Amino acid sequence: MDAFLTSRIISDILAGLTNGVIYGLVALSLVLVWRSTRILNFAQGAMPMFAAYVGMVVFAHELGYWPLVGISILAGFTVGGVTERVLVRHLYGKPEINPIVVMVGFLIVLEGVAAAIWSTTPRGIPNPFSPIDWQLGGKPVSLSPFSVYEIVTGLVVMTLIAVLFRFTKLGLQLRASALAPEVSRLLGVRVGRMLTLGWILSTGVGTICTVLVASNFFTGLTPQVMDGIFAFGFIAAAVGGLDSPVGAIVAGVSIGIILQFVGDYVNSNAIILTALIILIVSLMVRPNGLFTKSSARRV
Amino acid sequence: MIAVEELSVSYGAVQALRGVSFRAETGMITAVLGANGAGKTTLLRTISGLKEPVKGTITLDEHSLVRERPENIARLGVGHVPEGRGVISEFTVEENLRLGAMMAKVNLSDGLNEQYERFPVLGERRKQHAAKLSGGERQMLAMARALIAQPTVLLLDEPSLGLAPLVTAQLMHAIRDLCASKSLTVILVEQNATTALRISDYAVILYLGRVVANDAAANIVADEDLREHYLGKVE
Repeated sequence: MDAFLTSRIISDILAGLTNGVIYGLVALSLVLVWRSTRILNFAQGAMPMFAAYVGMVVFAHELGYWPLVGISILAGFTVGGVTERVLVRHLYGKPEINPIVVMVGFLIVLEGVAAAIWSTTPRGIPNPFSPIDWQLGGKPVSLSPFSVYEIVTGLVVMTLIAVLFRFTKLGLQLRASALAPEVSRLLGVRVGRMLTLGWILSTGVGTICTVLVASNFFTGLTPQVMDGIFAFGFIAAAVGGLDSPVGAIVAGVSIGIILQFVGDYVNSNAIILTALIILIVSLMVRPNGLFTKSSARRV
Repeated sequence: MIAVEELSVSYGAVQALRGVSFRAETGMITAVLGANGAGKTTLLRTISGLKEPVKGTITLDEHSLVRERPENIARLGVGHVPEGRGVISEFTVEENLRLGAMMAKVNLSDGLNEQYERFPVLGERRKQHAAKLSGGERQMLAMARALIAQPTVLLLDEPSLGLAPLVTAQLMHAIRDLCASKSLTVILVEQNATTALRISDYAVILYLGRVVANDAAANIVADEDLREHYLGKVE
């Protein structure tokens, strides 16, 4: 294999990994909400977008990038918590179509309100990381300080979520509330609070993802900034399994890398088609997702 | 001590409990007996806050439990092992116990060790998922999970359901020993009257949501008419 081909493959893997971490984070945020409340949150891209704009207001006061990130995440926690308490709580136990319609409506409202307040003009977020790719053997590889920042942040968030769920009392209560709410209440777990916390965490993860995307020199922040990424994140969550955080991450990263190769070697117009084919085939083979254990269904 | 007074509970137009009154004394086992649909499970669900009564009172020592949330009732020391055991199949044995220990005031490892000593098979299978346990082991896990929280009241809903007679006998002895050693107030719901009356101090018989007998277990066993009408054959 010649040096050019090797360099191109490495570049594609790195670029795919960068995108895949973002898809994985969106998928993870969807899974967090699904596992705790059985609601597919179609506003999962719009809610963090709104929080990121709040961070931008702070940024406008020239406080710098890291305060923007911090305030955005806090705003994300708040948006998630308030949404669960005010809007979502009334949807529990309702027919499955109700939350879908409400959350699609909420997406449209949030994007409309954001456009009305902050306009649809992209707002760049200057950050401390250069977007210029490094070079390998004199040729650029698709890896820049900014992409490393994206990948490392994504991996740190995923690790923290895994540690929270696996090794802490809080994580145990969150998992128990999602799996067996009635039994959890009998054991003294405050299930209502755990559900709110699930939404807070989910929107927090989504906000980190949105800030990463909007910090990209080529993207900027717009009310629709997460729409396309949400679609790929949604596909990753469905392919990995809506009940599996590990599945969401693995599927997100895998889809990011596959789509990068398709865009490079086939045609960039084939990217969406490929993503849909992956979704359809995986749903045909494993309807519950590749990483979710099959369960018996009462008919 | 738990005191239930004039408790009525409805599911829509269907009245499941009609003016039920009885007391479950501290350190005693009170069996709640009756046929399917008598309201036994509803009674336990109402005591633990999962079902709201239409009227009546439930008091645990000085605390009223009516309209209190289940999680708050659990924090007052009421442990409920629901029908079907309610162990979380996706959790390991140890995770189920850690969840139960959440409200306990003792050290976690001490609590775990105490339960593993009481139910050695759980210690051997601590890393296994609860889904892989047998019916008897799941029942032990459900009991251990309730006990690790150090409750003062234990509500047991059909603990013998689906268990082999030998396992049931062992379980009933364990309940009797626990009640004596921990001064637990136990309310034991059972369809198997023979098994329940053998270890109980008192018994309440429900029929279509009403109390038709409330007496010492020995008196109920001795009352032939009562046994014949409401409990079938008691050996």
